[in-house]
Amino acid sequence: MDVNSLVEMANQIGEFFDSMPDRAEAVDGVADHIHRFWAPRMRIALLNGLDDPEVASELKPIVLEALTKHRVALTPAGAVVT
Amino acid sequence: MSNSSCGSGNCACKTKLRDPFDDTDYGTPLRHADIDVTLDIDGTSVTVPAGTSVMRAAIEAGVNVPKLCATDSLEPFGSCRLCLVEIEGKRGYPASCTTPVEAGMKVRTQTNKLQSLRKNVMELYISDHPLDCLTCPANGDCELQDMAGVVGLREVRYGYEGANHLKDKKDESNPYFTYDASKCIVCNRCVRACEETQGTFALTIAGRGFESRVAASENQPFMESECVSCGACVAACPTATLQEKTVIMLGQPEHSVVTTCAYCGVGCSLKAEMKGSEVVRMVPNKNGQANDGHACVKGRFAWGYATHKDRITKPMIRAKITDPWREVSWDEALSYAASEFRRIQDKHGVDSIGGITSSRCTNEETYLVQKLVRAAFGNNNVDTCARVCHSPTGYGLKATLGESAGTQTFASVEKADVIVVIGANPTDGHPVFASRLKRRVREGAQLIVVDPRRIDIVDTPHVKASHHLALRPGTNVAMVNALAHVIVTEGLVKEAFVAERCEPRAFQQWRDFVTLEENSPETMEAVTGVPAQSVREAARIYANAGNGAIYYGLGVTEHAQGSTTVMGIANLAMATGNVGREGVGVNPLRGQNNVQGSCDMGSFPHELPGYRHISDAAVRALFEEAWSVKLQSEPGLRIPNMFDAAVHGSFLGLYCQGEDIVQSDPNTQHVSKALSSMECIVVQDIFLNETAKYAHVFLPGSSFLEKDGTFTNAERRISRVRKVMPPLPGLADWEVTIKLARALGYEMNYTHPSQIMDEIASLTPTFTGVSYKRLDELGSIQWPCNAQAPNGTPTMHIDEFVRGKGRFVITKFIATPEKVTRKFPLLLTTGRILSQYNVGAQTRRTENSRWHDEDRLEIHPHDAEDRGIKADDWVGIESRAGQTVLRAKITERMQPGVVYTTFHFPESGANVITTDSSDWATNCPEYKVTAVQVMPVEQPSQWQKDYSRFNTQQLEFLELRDSTMATAATVTSSGK
Repeated sequence: MDVNSLVEMANQIGEFFDSMPDRAEAVDGVADHIHRFWAPRMRIALLNGLDDPEVASELKPIVLEALTKHRVALTPAGAVVT
Repeated sequence: MSNSSCGSGNCACKTKLRDPFDDTDYGTPLRHADIDVTLDIDGTSVTVPAGTSVMRAAIEAGVNVPKLCATDSLEPFGSCRLCLVEIEGKRGYPASCTTPVEAGMKVRTQTNKLQSLRKNVMELYISDHPLDCLTCPANGDCELQDMAGVVGLREVRYGYEGANHLKDKKDESNPYFTYDASKCIVCNRCVRACEETQGTFALTIAGRGFESRVAASENQPFMESECVSCGACVAACPTATLQEKTVIMLGQPEHSVVTTCAYCGVGCSLKAEMKGSEVVRMVPNKNGQANDGHACVKGRFAWGYATHKDRITKPMIRAKITDPWREVSWDEALSYAASEFRRIQDKHGVDSIGGITSSRCTNEETYLVQKLVRAAFGNNNVDTCARVCHSPTGYGLKATLGESAGTQTFASVEKADVIVVIGANPTDGHPVFASRLKRRVREGAQLIVVDPRRIDIVDTPHVKASHHLALRPGTNVAMVNALAHVIVTEGLVKEAFVAERCEPRAFQQWRDFVTLEENSPETMEAVTGVPAQSVREAARIYANAGNGAIYYGLGVTEHAQGSTTVMGIANLAMATGNVGREGVGVNPLRGQNNVQGSCDMGSFPHELPGYRHISDAAVRALFEEAWSVKLQSEPGLRIPNMFDAAVHGSFLGLYCQGEDIVQSDPNTQHVSKALSSMECIVVQDIFLNETAKYAHVFLPGSSFLEKDGTFTNAERRISRVRKVMPPLPGLADWEVTIKLARALGYEMNYTHPSQIMDEIASLTPTFTGVSYKRLDELGSIQWPCNAQAPNGTPTMHIDEFVRGKGRFVITKFIATPEKVTRKFPLLLTTGRILSQYNVGAQTRRTENSRWHDEDRLEIHPHDAEDRGIKADDWVGIESRAGQTVLRAKITERMQPGVVYTTFHFPESGANVITTDSSDWATNCPEYKVTAVQVMPVEQPSQWQKDYSRFNTQQLEFLELRDSTMATAATVTSSGK
């Protein structure tokens, strides 16, 4: 999967939840949305991007926070992390 | 809540529930009333709702009073004087159609005097009518003929030599029906049908006295007039004056079958009138609960595609898309497809293939395809075309109200006081619903339209929107928030409703958010381009309405913030208490016939049937038990993700049923690249559509006329589709999916679609009470249908929301990434037109193309002048995704800065321009906003030249197909 378009999609999700007044709820909302709607290979590609400073720097703060906080939960069972 | 007596939801009337198969013409419309009236007709006591006509009361009691100008789809007119009766204590001979019943009234429908009066009337009619009954196309279906018989007309004393209309010319300009003025009795039924039923007002009676004749517009041929060819006049005509050309050609049908239209999400109930297995005509079913006896130019007339010569009826395969096709037996095609799918999975993993269910096929077929993907492919890579139209509706309404569906019946609009239409063009996209809407506006309801274009409903005969909020494309959320700001800050919130029915914390957060100055109409004016005062007025009108109903379409969903707007609309409805009764609600107008159904059936990669998330172990266990298989717990790929994965090399096989993703999905060049990267594409369709040109296996599909099943329309109404002819390829689509599953080694065992519905009902709580038997009894059923609602649920969320408490969601406006720049200074928005449907595969193969034979670029005169563009000039349209060339249509329906086109013709390449920008929540593409430049050009775009070459080559591969094998295989298998 093209990580740039995944970053773009994740940032769009982040922008939506960013407007919620309760920060914890917003951060969890981003992770939950990605968990519920993204196929494992999309999540793996995005999580792998987290380790690439160039990709991570493109992520909005709320998305970065959500992915970092929920990395384990978002990692599909049996996924090969590169 | 169960149906009340009349079946209209929560109407309090005492009117009897209609028998869904009663074809009696009761002469005047059904009345709803909470008072009954008892009268005496020919010595028999009859009880009917107050307001009913004497005629209808008589017919309900079994006495068929003679009539010509009356029919129960139209208000009484009282012109033919055949329905005269005698009423004790009243002078003269009142027309029974225009006389309302009164308690204790004593009516006589037959006396010597009445007989003689009626005979005189008929004698006058017949003195100016051709006596060619035996060779007349209406022979056997003519009310004039029937009435001549009923009144006992035996001679015409006036002779036939006087002034008459017998030499009047026929108007044969309309491709579907003929107007033969010589047979007209000037009963006005056609004129009234055009006004009351359709609401177009194209017909009138021109001239006076003897000169009176039906005229279309200013006495123009029908095709040149304002007529929209809905056929309401033809259905209303009691003679052969307005007659379907197919009836003229073939004669009267000998049997008929009630079925459901396969075009838009209105889901009209139609009667296929047949001779053997040949359709003579399709007529609207007067008992159809979605359409109440009305239809449009598509459903009523544009069904000829089903037997078009382009239909492919034999399976075909090829190793590469640069090879010619080879016709093969079903067995060979399916075992080839299965072996390819398994080969790919062995090499690239279980998740490397997937399927697309069709929103045009039946619920049963859709259910089987998602079952095949989940159970036989062993993954959740299944999606449907709802992804690219109404997926935000599913997400947004589930998040706020708790169910992924509209809240009302279509008939509910008849109780609305204020109707808000947002991003929908009902007169073109959902014409039969538009007729209901227009009728309600003519009765006095107020209309507010939120749309960038001045669509027809904004200003059409006897219908005018009080407010047209002509916003800039891509600013729906800004508009919805501005409306919410007014409602909250001007104290228009229905506090009691919100306190009782909604989550208080979420409401308070939302209230705080919309109160912010950044959401005021004044601040948002710079974003939306709509004057703040108009927004304030519109918000007040909606909030203060007794009943305010919102209808929305793809102009809401197909945006980067599509889901946000849907939630914003739900917020508005909850804040103003406009949910949970008739006349209100949140009403998505669905695109394709079975978009609702395909979503209900678990076509989305994250949801099992009934909108239950795939990660829910208890739900999964239920399906695992029923399907004898282990299911994956993770969501699969959505359509745009499939394309991305294909380009990336991790998605290589696709089973695509009844969908043309190459033409309908955005960024065509990206889609073609994705499909060209795949190793096995199996397309099941009735035509070699654009996607099939990239396919390796072609499985011939069956039209809606060739199979049994059900469709679910935008009101959640499940209606039967009934087979009227055998499937041309020998197998119906559901049978093909079963065979493919078996070839994959997964057993599916159904001998009739009713068994598939039984399985759906057993696994889906909202469908528990649905069966073919119940559908036959009730005509149609709106889900949820279960023990709590055995007759279905016309209106949802009555006492509480499906999710319990309604949830307000904060909907911050975020400008779309598709921004105008110096390079791309205009915004393109796309849509459709009345006569064509979606990718046009069906309607382009009918006479409907006479109304629209090419896609045009609509542009405002200022933008055209700036660029030196004149009407009909070729113009190049360029976006960051691609370029195409269309002819220009200059129109003030557009606002400056915005251009528009339709996408009905593949060579137009409308989706070459649209981009991969999509809804944040669902990946629904942003078809409605693309930044473009438009310039005059001399020749087609490079894409169009490439397309033309590719298309010619692919059609040659079809033309040159090797049919020897298939013939041999057929002989072999029949010899076994």
